[in-house]
Amino acid sequence: MGLDRRNFIKIAGLSTLGLAGKPAVDAIARIRLPEEAPLTAKRWAMVIDLRKCRENPDCNEACIHACHKVHNVPDFKNPKDEIKWIWEERFEHAFHDQSQEYADESHRELPALVLCNHCDDPPCVRVCPTEATWKRDEDGVVMMDWHRCIGCRYCLAACPYGARSFNWRDPRPFIEEIEPDFPTRMRGVVEKCTFCEERLARGEMPACVEACDAGALTFGDLEDPESRVRELLRTHFTIRRKPGLGTQPSVYYII
Amino acid sequence: MFDGWKIIVGLIIFITLATVPFWYDAAAGKGTDAPDIRIETKDVPGRDQCVMPAEYMRSDHMELLNEWRDQVVRGNQRVHVTADGRKYSRSLTNTCLDCHSNKDTFCDRCHDYMSVKPYCWECHLEPEVMK
Repeated sequence: MGLDRRNFIKIAGLSTLGLAGKPAVDAIARIRLPEEAPLTAKRWAMVIDLRKCRENPDCNEACIHACHKVHNVPDFKNPKDEIKWIWEERFEHAFHDQSQEYADESHRELPALVLCNHCDDPPCVRVCPTEATWKRDEDGVVMMDWHRCIGCRYCLAACPYGARSFNWRDPRPFIEEIEPDFPTRMRGVVEKCTFCEERLARGEMPACVEACDAGALTFGDLEDPESRVRELLRTHFTIRRKPGLGTQPSVYYII
Repeated sequence: MFDGWKIIVGLIIFITLATVPFWYDAAAGKGTDAPDIRIETKDVPGRDQCVMPAEYMRSDHMELLNEWRDQVVRGNQRVHVTADGRKYSRSLTNTCLDCHSNKDTFCDRCHDYMSVKPYCWECHLEPEVMK
């Protein structure tokens, strides 16, 4: 991947400062202000091109790993305790209402990446008794406040996509490699994908999008007619998971 | 008073037993001493002042941390601007502990003495873990 403009300016600036001596560089590096150039949108959305996922079958693992690593997602090695923010699901399971039994096996078993859909009308938000999960007004991200979650798990029951996981056990000993810039969770809270809101605030794309070399994941502003996601939605036939429920997911799939 | 001496002896025994923790500590010569807090912080270039006056931080740092938490998580407002215009990221681990890296003496000793148990560290990472 080449150097984009933003990184070029960053490096050029730091190199100049390097001439002024190491302490100055240290001081600048330390004063990490997150809001200097955040990525903003009126409505964040993601388009997943399953054709590209199919062409690169080993690629899903990399993007799942990238997400789970930066967010300190534990691996309990036990499906009953599993915590997942983004994962692989067979097509016929992820889209059971849009699949049919006579389709070729390769099509029914096509692995589809699934994650929190950041719905327009999120049922999880409706049931949360403490407002620990809510839809952010400014960009539609369905947020989690782990400080406020009391672990009642109503949201797990309400989410039709299984996008939420509960920490039945203390997750920290089960994190392979702890990422210092992101907190872990404690026993008794629910977690899920947050569209990498902490990375957006720093001006970075979501971890899964950044990790996807095949260009299968596109992230952008649904309200901006010029955005890449809108272009893809205009020029391709796309589907969403369980559209009949009226939750209006923000994650679209090209098949 | 009937059986007055029994009552008085009983009272003396009761008061003695009830105040045993105080006698015990007084005899051992500990307990009431203020904790030995080390406030010295490492030398960070460009950071010779805290985000708020020391007086305020001493009494109200927990309030400030709660405000920061809500502003960042719920309000997406991540930058703190001090009265004299300095800017800081509202972050316990990246801003506070960047200077106050001696958490065990700077934070824990006083918290232990006051018997307060903040649960920040069940999720947020202590400097030792981060190293």
